[in-house]
Amino acid sequence: MHKMKSVDVVVIGLGWTGSIIAMELAKEGLKVLALERGHNRDTSPDFSYPKAVDELKYAVRGELFRRLPLDTVTIRHKSGDTALPYRQYGAFLLPDNVGGAGVHWNGQLYRPSPEDLKLRSHIVQRYGAKFVPEGMTIQDYDVTYDELEPFLDRFEYLNGASGQAGNLNGKMIPGGNPFEGARARAYPTPPVADTLPAQLFAKAARELGYHPFPQPCANSSRPYTNPYNVRLGPCNLCGFCERFGCFLYSKGSPQTTILPALYQLPNFELRTQSHVVKINLDSTKRRATGVTYVDASGAEIFQPADLVILASFQVNNVRAMLLSGIGEPYDPVTGKGVIGKNYAYQMMSATTVFFDKDVVTNPFIAAGAGGSQLIDEFNSDHFDHGPLGFIGGGYIIGGQTGGRPIQQLAVPPGTPHWGAAWKRAAKENYLHTTNVVTHGSVMSYRDAYMDLDPTYRDSLGLPLLRMTFDWHDNEYKMTRYITDRALEIAAKMKPKAHSTLIRQPGDHFNVRQYQTTHTTGGVITGADPKTSALNRYLQSWDVSNLFVTGASAFPQNIGYNPTGLVGALAYYAAHAIKTQYLKHPGPLVQA
Amino acid sequence: MIGKMRSFGTVAIIVAAGGIGCLAIAYLATVIFGGIGGDQAAKLSQPIDQKLVERGAYVAFEGDCSACHTAPGGKPFAGGLSLATPIGVIYSTNITPDAKSGIGNYTYGDFERAVRRGITRQGRSLYPAMPYPSYARISERDMQALYAFFMRGVKPARRADRPSDILWPLSMRWPLTYWRWLYAPPVQPAVAVAGSDPIAERGAYLVEGLGHCGTCHTPRGIGLEEKGLTPKSASYLAGGDVDHYLASDLRGNSWSGLGTWSEADIVRFLKTGFTQNSAVFGGMVDVVVHSTQNMTDSDLKAIAHFLKTLPHSGPERKFTYEPVVAMALYHGDVSKTGALDYLNNCSACHRSSGKGYPNTFPSLAGNPVVNAADPSSLIHIVLTGGSIPSTRTAPTHFAMPAFSARLTDQQVANVVTFIRSSWGNHAPGVEAAQVAKMRAALATRKLARAP
Repeated sequence: MHKMKSVDVVVIGLGWTGSIIAMELAKEGLKVLALERGHNRDTSPDFSYPKAVDELKYAVRGELFRRLPLDTVTIRHKSGDTALPYRQYGAFLLPDNVGGAGVHWNGQLYRPSPEDLKLRSHIVQRYGAKFVPEGMTIQDYDVTYDELEPFLDRFEYLNGASGQAGNLNGKMIPGGNPFEGARARAYPTPPVADTLPAQLFAKAARELGYHPFPQPCANSSRPYTNPYNVRLGPCNLCGFCERFGCFLYSKGSPQTTILPALYQLPNFELRTQSHVVKINLDSTKRRATGVTYVDASGAEIFQPADLVILASFQVNNVRAMLLSGIGEPYDPVTGKGVIGKNYAYQMMSATTVFFDKDVVTNPFIAAGAGGSQLIDEFNSDHFDHGPLGFIGGGYIIGGQTGGRPIQQLAVPPGTPHWGAAWKRAAKENYLHTTNVVTHGSVMSYRDAYMDLDPTYRDSLGLPLLRMTFDWHDNEYKMTRYITDRALEIAAKMKPKAHSTLIRQPGDHFNVRQYQTTHTTGGVITGADPKTSALNRYLQSWDVSNLFVTGASAFPQNIGYNPTGLVGALAYYAAHAIKTQYLKHPGPLVQA
Repeated sequence: MIGKMRSFGTVAIIVAAGGIGCLAIAYLATVIFGGIGGDQAAKLSQPIDQKLVERGAYVAFEGDCSACHTAPGGKPFAGGLSLATPIGVIYSTNITPDAKSGIGNYTYGDFERAVRRGITRQGRSLYPAMPYPSYARISERDMQALYAFFMRGVKPARRADRPSDILWPLSMRWPLTYWRWLYAPPVQPAVAVAGSDPIAERGAYLVEGLGHCGTCHTPRGIGLEEKGLTPKSASYLAGGDVDHYLASDLRGNSWSGLGTWSEADIVRFLKTGFTQNSAVFGGMVDVVVHSTQNMTDSDLKAIAHFLKTLPHSGPERKFTYEPVVAMALYHGDVSKTGALDYLNNCSACHRSSGKGYPNTFPSLAGNPVVNAADPSSLIHIVLTGGSIPSTRTAPTHFAMPAFSARLTDQQVANVVTFIRSSWGNHAPGVEAAQVAKMRAALATRKLARAP
């Protein structure tokens, strides 16, 4: 096997967290190498207008996603079932190439609620230990909201995020989210302008006594220069966000916020078409010596490094840990082991609202994030769960993310699925339709986990990752409760009709249905090496020169979109590496 | 009849012989006198130390030597970049200190004569693609530093110079000596004028000399010479044709020059490639990347200060924003020719107001490039797109896509005419034939550049 010259830091995957860590450590003068299995790409020429707004190519055929025949995950509902490969995109979107999912996300940029980070102790304290049902394995982060605040802030200022502060250093600001944790600064740019449906939603929500606020997002609403001197353009609500690269340099992505500055640093190197298959360990199994990757010609190459950052997508992080033999694999029978533990997803409901001709919603004026209004009364523990008998919640949002003809065209209930009547209904309703959506949390459970599939292998001959997951009663109750609140708001908007998609008891997890795409867990962070794979700084308990970034660190899933927390945790880890690890390499938390 | 023919033949022979004789004399004159100028044996008046090499590296940035002498993907200063001239393609030379293929054996005198006087080591003349008429202004101090840099600060690279693609007889180089005698100014030490503005003087030195701005920005005369090398000429920096762009007018005209730019705007442009309302395009992209972004702020300020001393040429005309077209587009009125194409292709970034976004997407309203009488730059940019370079202080490289594959000649003409007649812009319309001509010229250029 060919051996390359050693580097200080090797970063596996140049997506959101890989870019953040690479930038922060390269700025320190370290020799940083990013190994990316895909190709490089940039706003120009890859996402240039008007090529970038091709719904069939990008949204339907998934131009920016990993080609599933190369590698995928297998899925089953419970232990004992035979898992089958995920062969067509639906429930989640696996990224590929430089920028990763940071290129094709929607840009919804939330902070977790303070209690989300101390979920188990918070619930036990407020409702008692018995409130947590048998089989639910929720855990605390070993980091508080206040500790993370400066890093949540950094990720927002990286993106030129737009939004309205609700809690500035404890002072409540009208028009913002009254439930958010205190923030030290306002958003760097003001909210993206509300669309008409967002205004209708906010009015209805206010009439019901709620506190609607503009959706925070990673789309800068103004031209903006971030702390790396990288400049973003302003969102013009074109509606081509999720599944697309942003041609306007507005949606935050590694390409629009970090890479132009990172590429200027001479001590940073990017090697594309370099697919890491293993993190190599020394004989003690406590120290990584580097990584093995397969290059474009299929040759295996060993890259020595002092520090390894595993920064690939959530499922790929879990798989890399299992393939490298780092940490004890999770065993659902005994509940012991940590790698693959606490897989979670999210649960949405979607209500399409149809108006008469007098309400012109103009769905082609939209943004994947921004331009919508939402309420946070029923998220996290912002409401009394005691009488309700479930844990978690979600936000309720009104507005539209785009008016694309193939995937975002709705017709009222009762319309035939094809033919002249469908066409007539599509034409009549296109300009008069909008959405009220609930975006809910999913807790972690003993029987929801990931391991290596015994049957299916990828194009390199390595076992695929197997996902074992199904819904639980807690989430059916949660979605019913917050969807009913959403329907009350929708009714106040006085539509002529509506239709609702909700998961009901008995419905199984269906990967053909698009929901939030937010898959989490498997390499989780926590205070105890017996129950978590990583310490509070995302450092492996077992191999101290390995840090694992991304949503794989979530002990359970929140009701918010995860990227704000993902970015903040990456900055938090980078800060710990810079200020503690580099001075004294070794475990940053004593087990 | 036969006698007449015979005498005609004799006359023809005599004329021909006379002509050949004259040519021979003209040729011999260049052989005998062509090498005159400077002192080939001149030596550096100081030892080469690290400080001198570093200063020379900075002078090389100011002179933008790498723009021509470093080919894309090639070793620094090893030459090989193709340069289109009216008579054929020539290739830049290896100026690394490699003894065999570069300038490693050059004395200081050899070097000085090439840079400031256009005389080769063999006493022949350089193609004036080498801007020696401008470099004639370089001071002795900077020349010596430059020599030190090229001898000690540049890594030798072995790469043989490539002969030009120019066909005989145009490939004969001796007539260039006459061009040089006619158009190159004498090398004279700069003399400080009592009571003058030292900042403007420094700026003039950089703009007229090392920066050789006039090479692109000054219109050329019948012999392809720059119509003026100093502000004494009203044509100096009044805009020139380069590579199917109009290299912008840098004089004080508000309408189509730098009249509306502040000194701070100019400094910022040279450092980052953009100002609040404009962005760099064409060959100037390389100048910003390789040269001006590396200059000190005080030198950039001097350049800006000097440029702002250039008066406007011709009658002064000021821009006033007119909201009529923006209002029409806001209300969905696309009756004006080109309006719908503008909305579908341009307004996502440049907006229906034509104002773009400050410091991000250039304003079309009141932009001197848009209002220039010659629409070449605008047509060219619409067809090929453009990209702001990634600079150290502004790493984002905003880009505009190419529209040549998407828009017909007529659509481009319509949209360019629309832009040139909206929001207060008032510049002559553009015909489809002009677009077709540009498209053909760009296609030929592309072919010529193919390996």
